[in-house]
Amino acid sequence: METRFTRGKSAILERSLAKLFSEMVQYCQSQVYSASGVLCVGLLDVLDVLVLREEWKRETKVLNILLFIKVSVWRALFGKDKLDGFPAKATVHRHKGTTLMIKFDEAVIARDKALEGR
Amino acid sequence: SSRQRVNSELFTLTYGALVTQLCKDYENDEEVNKQLDKMGYNIGVRLIEDFLARSSIGRCQDFRETADVIAKVAFKMYLGITPSVTNWSPAGDELSLILESNPLVDFVELPDNHSSLVYSNLLCGVLRGALEMVQMAVDVKFAQDTLRGDNVTEIRMKFIKRMEENLPAGDE
Repeated sequence: METRFTRGKSAILERSLAKLFSEMVQYCQSQVYSASGVLCVGLLDVLDVLVLREEWKRETKVLNILLFIKVSVWRALFGKDKLDGFPAKATVHRHKGTTLMIKFDEAVIARDKALEGR
Repeated sequence: SSRQRVNSELFTLTYGALVTQLCKDYENDEEVNKQLDKMGYNIGVRLIEDFLARSSIGRCQDFRETADVIAKVAFKMYLGITPSVTNWSPAGDELSLILESNPLVDFVELPDNHSSLVYSNLLCGVLRGALEMVQMAVDVKFAQDTLRGDNVTEIRMKFIKRMEENLPAGDE
């Protein structure tokens, strides 16, 4: 039975998880050299916003989480629901342990930059 | 509720993944502890604004009030737990936070070869960073840890000094 208290605690951990995850993403970014196309910075704010909107679904598998993030980042950046031919892939990339990366196609980065320039 | 359980597990797993990654990236436990503290610090310096905005707490009068706010408001707000504040030093500059439970360590066991690892050291950094943003220099460390076989988890926090506010040049 979900009481007001348990709903509260669930939201508490969601928020804290987002903050922890943000810091982890920054750490990963500082550790992994990438030439281009790794869009991590947007995740920080997006995750915070998503948690506040209570869109954090019950994804317990890592790749499902990444997929969800990919979809949400796309929506947050471009406001589109059409996801066909979404030019990015979420992979679990193993380098000195496990590093999670979302690699966006060059076109996405260029378009994002163009949007920012408006 | 199952949603709470999922979020608890996600939280614990995510933190566990972080510690595991750091253990792979760094040579020894001391380095991992330092890195956890540093990451906690980074979180703490940002967290304080979120905390002040959401709690509407005004400036604390003294260190005792600060400790109470940390235990009863901050810990509750971010981890859903309320540690007790005890073991004050006679000078009133050092105290213990006793944690009955710790969401970071549910179902966690330390392997034998990590006896110096302070698993939850991130929390020390968070406290240090957040308090620094309100001009308090503190030293925070784990005095007892249930992960290492102690009966309770105890964080020892010591007030070092009040820091000068750094105003940007040109401010009135």
